[in-house]
Amino acid sequence: MKILAAMSGGVDSAVAAARAVDAGHDVTGVHLALSAAPATLRHGARGCCTAEDAHDARRAADVLGIPFYIWDLAERFRADVIDDFVSEYAAGRTPNPCLRCNEKIKFTAVLDKALALGFDAVVTGHHARLVDGRLTRSVDPAKDQSYVLAVCTQRQLASAMFPLGDSTKTQVREEAAARGLAVADKPDSHDICFIADGDTRGFLARRLGAEDGPIVDAETGDVLGTHPGSFGFTVGQRRGLNLQRPTPGGDPRYVLSIRPVDNTVVVGSREMLEISQVRAEPVVWTAGVAPGERFTCSVQLRAHGMTSPTTVTVNGPVVTAVLDTPQVGVAAGQALVMYDGDTVLGSGTITAAQRTADVPA
Amino acid sequence: MMPYLDHAATTPMLAEAITAVSRAMGQVGNPSSLHGAGRAARRSIEESRELLAASLGARPSEVILTAGGTESDNLAVKGIFWARRAADPRRRRVIASSIEHHAVMDAVEWLVEHEGADVTWLPVDAHGLVAPAALRAALARNPESVALVTVMWANNEVGTVQSINELAAVAHEYDVPMHTDAVQAVGAVPVDFAASGVDALTMTGHKLGGPPGAGALLLRRDIACVPLLHGGGQEREVRSGTLNVPGAVGLAVATSLAVERREVVAARVAALRDAIVDGVLAAVPDARLHGHPTARLPGIANLTFPGCEGDALLMLLDARGVECSTGSACSAGVAQPSHVLIALGATPAQARGSLRFSLGHDSTAADVDAAVAAIVPAVERARRAGLTSVVS
Ligand SMILES: Cc1ncc(COP(=O)(O)O)c(C=O)c1O
Repeated sequence: MKILAAMSGGVDSAVAAARAVDAGHDVTGVHLALSAAPATLRHGARGCCTAEDAHDARRAADVLGIPFYIWDLAERFRADVIDDFVSEYAAGRTPNPCLRCNEKIKFTAVLDKALALGFDAVVTGHHARLVDGRLTRSVDPAKDQSYVLAVCTQRQLASAMFPLGDSTKTQVREEAAARGLAVADKPDSHDICFIADGDTRGFLARRLGAEDGPIVDAETGDVLGTHPGSFGFTVGQRRGLNLQRPTPGGDPRYVLSIRPVDNTVVVGSREMLEISQVRAEPVVWTAGVAPGERFTCSVQLRAHGMTSPTTVTVNGPVVTAVLDTPQVGVAAGQALVMYDGDTVLGSGTITAAQRTADVPA
Repeated sequence: MMPYLDHAATTPMLAEAITAVSRAMGQVGNPSSLHGAGRAARRSIEESRELLAASLGARPSEVILTAGGTESDNLAVKGIFWARRAADPRRRRVIASSIEHHAVMDAVEWLVEHEGADVTWLPVDAHGLVAPAALRAALARNPESVALVTVMWANNEVGTVQSINELAAVAHEYDVPMHTDAVQAVGAVPVDFAASGVDALTMTGHKLGGPPGAGALLLRRDIACVPLLHGGGQEREVRSGTLNVPGAVGLAVATSLAVERREVVAARVAALRDAIVDGVLAAVPDARLHGHPTARLPGIANLTFPGCEGDALLMLLDARGVECSTGSACSAGVAQPSHVLIALGATPAQARGSLRFSLGHDSTAADVDAAVAAIVPAVERARRAGLTSVVS
């Protein structure tokens, strides 16, 4: 097959491309240039869009002996991922830009262009498996990326290849070293690739402006303190509130919600953070179709989060998940991903979460 | 043989140049040393300098050997700017065409950012020509403020050849020195340093059959130029560094042969270029040729394919063994819309959809046929892929 390998400059995508070559495919490497000013974007920190990463990707392609090109998707990335990230925060939600990038860039812009140019499939270095066409967790639970791929449709997955899903990260690094790929011991990228210094708050403050606002107690309505700008707080966050007044019981307080309209951060006890019902939309049935109108499965509500057994009710493009055990740190804007064992059933963006206390018995 | 249609990026070395370079590489000797080996090396350098000068209408003492076009451009632009400003602090303005190679453009921008320079970018017409009247107007506005004028002899992306004599004469009306980047011109069109009237001229070896990393700045003796590289002062105190004997020998041999054979090769290459343009336009009628209809280099054909991205076309052609380029290679390989095409009036989408085919001394009719045959299916596919990078 004619395969396009998306090469970020990291070890995973280099080994994925190598495995595609070994499998006998006709492989072409591309690096996605996602920043309009690659050289100035990051200084030392790791990401997916530095000039150095483009160099590393090209080096790996040269070692594999495959053609290599750079595709400039900076404009699309800015519009579909960065602007979306900022406006989601502006609306008080907590977006997942990696997921958005997979949805809009890798498996739409890049995949569509690849297919139009005559490629049969796109291979990436994601840690996930495709078992009989179904998206499935990686064998390495610590590196599993099925959560950020759960936005993909069956049509998209039909043209995707994830050759790393059966390997652990350690095995991938060993293989890279054995293949003589210079990226074998290159550190993993962690933070958000377009935020150079890892300072999300600072990034949002520059984009949205930062104004002091009140931190309010959810139960009493008392103003407990001041924050330097509501953007960038995340539901479930405990640190960085700098509250002078403790709770009567001396317990810590957590961010329960962010109200951009009046620049208010609402805080409360850990119990108030517990969520037992979640609404998500629009739903994508990653595995093809909904298992039923009402079914049980397990759901994951944030990247690297725990899963919990759940009963899901489907209502057109909306799913409502009633969790068997309450979860904390559920934020609107994150994805709800439904799993049957290790297999992804579908996903949707969380639009509402109800506290355990508020759910009628 | 793969159809190599990227001679403007670099062209194969001439057999004679390879022989001369190889022989020189077997010889020990630093041209600055006083012993026998040093004297032999010195002789090779000076003979090469004389051959180069004779080929380009310059005097040997006007030849400053450098490591190529980029260095020569930087030396001329920065060095003449610094020297002229040191002589009169009012001289802070550089007048440059808006279609210069990055080696000139970025050097000028560096002066603006770090040396308090001002710049006047001269517009070009839709064919890429700088009007002498535009240069005169830019000079007349405030002649005392101008440090130098720099306009490239022939453009590397679209191939337009300027009326350099006329432009140099205008600069001299105001007693301002004139530099020209003649990297693409030497060996392709007649270039005579003295007759052109320019004060400084950039040339490089690897575009005419010489080795990469060897070039020259032709610089009139009466033009002061502050060095970029300080050290042993080997080249007239304007350029330091142990001289590259094999490079200089190869540069001189290749330049003299390219100049000697120019008329015959240029006529053949121009006919092949016309065949590629005619073939492509017949197959893709809405494609558009950039540049000047007559004042153009023999070897360059730059075409826009509406609805296509140049980088997609390039990839599809590369997969079929046809090697060409999308204009000038850019930072991290990201294709920015070409500033040259934009200066000629193209829209960013048209600029993104352009391909440069460039032919050279070893191009053949078979190369042309292969390129024309490959372009039709490539354009069809690339149109289907559309303008992916543009936000709808
Ligand atoms: C017009 C022009 N100027 C300068 C250069 C740079 O020359 P060199 O590659 O020798 O540094 C080139 C070639 O890339 C060129 O085409």
